[in-house]
Amino acid sequence: MSANLIALGTVTRREVARILRIWTQTLLPSAITMTLYFVIFGTMVGSRIGEMAPGVGYIDYIVPGLIMMAVITNCYGNISSSFFGAKFGHYVEEMLASPMPGWVILSGYVAGAVLRGVMVSIIVLIISLFFTDIHLHHPLITLVTVLLTAVVFSLAGFVNAVFARKFDDIALVPTFVLAPLTYLGGVFYSVNALGTPWREISYANPVLYMVNAFRYGLLDLTDVSLSVAFAVMAGLAVVLAAVSLYILERGIGLRA
Amino acid sequence: MMNVPALDVIELKKTYANGVEALKGISLTVAQGDFFALLGPNGAGKSTLIGILSSLVNASSGDARIFGVSIRSQRSTAMRLIGLVPQELNFNQFEKPFDICVNQAGFYGIPRAEAARRAEKYLKQLVLWDKAHDSARALSGGMKRRLMIARAMMSEPRLLILDEPTAGVDIEIRRSMWKFISAINAAGTTVILTTHYLEEAEQLCRNIAIIDHGRIIENTSMRRLLAKLDVETFVLDLADPVGALPELPSVQLRCIDELTLEAEMARGHDLNSLFAALSAAGITVRSMRNKANRLEELFVRLIERDEAAA
Repeated sequence: MSANLIALGTVTRREVARILRIWTQTLLPSAITMTLYFVIFGTMVGSRIGEMAPGVGYIDYIVPGLIMMAVITNCYGNISSSFFGAKFGHYVEEMLASPMPGWVILSGYVAGAVLRGVMVSIIVLIISLFFTDIHLHHPLITLVTVLLTAVVFSLAGFVNAVFARKFDDIALVPTFVLAPLTYLGGVFYSVNALGTPWREISYANPVLYMVNAFRYGLLDLTDVSLSVAFAVMAGLAVVLAAVSLYILERGIGLRA
Repeated sequence: MMNVPALDVIELKKTYANGVEALKGISLTVAQGDFFALLGPNGAGKSTLIGILSSLVNASSGDARIFGVSIRSQRSTAMRLIGLVPQELNFNQFEKPFDICVNQAGFYGIPRAEAARRAEKYLKQLVLWDKAHDSARALSGGMKRRLMIARAMMSEPRLLILDEPTAGVDIEIRRSMWKFISAINAAGTTVILTTHYLEEAEQLCRNIAIIDHGRIIENTSMRRLLAKLDVETFVLDLADPVGALPELPSVQLRCIDELTLEAEMARGHDLNSLFAALSAAGITVRSMRNKANRLEELFVRLIERDEAAA
């Protein structure tokens, strides 16, 4: 096995070990939060809303959005807190002083965050089965959407961690950017129910495309074009990966 | 390949974003197999130089070659040849020493089975094996320092850089650490050491560079440097409290306390005239020793001379 592959496996393994070591902070909160969402919005409120589409109850409708919400917050939070923690505790130097090229460090951290996103999405999906009776309509689209979304928000979390100077800096974006984007990204409603100009404004929100592509995979329902949705996700992933690699190669925020 | 230096620093400059010029064009060569001391006062530029060599700091200009490999154009290859023991603790305190070592080897592309074998070997050699699976934050200060040496050895580097490795470590552990490092050096690893314990540098290192204000102000062999010392200071323990001190033309006497004198004189000056003058003044000397270490005296003089020149 090549040296870079061994190094990539090492960074990924260390990230996964961290996720499992502090599972009460990394895996459990999403399980509890999403259970509450299912109970309150799905069962209590949803039963009064009725069907969102023929044969699709409100609780079924929000499952894809809730899973995506968990994936987004967990991927972003994992890499931003882990990489910032490495910076804060100076053990990022172990990697920066090693022969590892920047792409190996980035890939290892992204792989760790994506794996946490996948673990959390499986947990939330299992919990949803206690409340709903959903079936996978398009498994490949579902899988690709989860992975692309996880990669996009992992990379965004990495950029945040590099520029953060204190722990407050990695809490600002989830609170003031991610939460509004997610709640306004069609998790709980169809964007078609919005009037002008809110519907048009919503199309500028990348989370809308992720939620709808995932909803298509699970429920065969979408408010957006799938090709546009994948173009948005892939485009964001490429741009953020390029920015992250540039940062690592130049040592911006990492090397004096 | 033996004639390729372990380290060749060429006109290395570093100016930080705040305008501080930490290195003003340093050039330095360290031969293969050397045990090299890099000394200087706080803020002289040592850590910046080590940071650039270990790719934690970007150089403004110049280059450094590790066994002929440029750290700027072939960073990854050069880093495979270096092991770094930094001044500050820089491992994840929530991980276990064994995992810290195995992960470090992984970063260098060493397969996991081999990494585990080396982790056991170096943790045992540094007397940390019984703590290998405890949390690193539970280790004592000396153990944490030894863990960083074990971690640096995981890639079995050809050049080992130790930046103040014994800071805050008690004498017994310090000696065991030097024994280990000396054995590593004897086995062929080139060692560069920065320390504030100058007597250790004097005992261990064969060659030395002194850096101050971002420039090398001395770069020679330890033997040649010590030969430059033209004065010696002796500490005299007295039998009775001392009164007035005798005047001696070539000896400077200082009273440290009522029962202790310091006598500074030219190297090679005979001691008989000193004792004769002390006897004549009614001062009885019970014992005598050479003050501190010679390197420390030289170091202070060189730095003072550089300060005066600046």
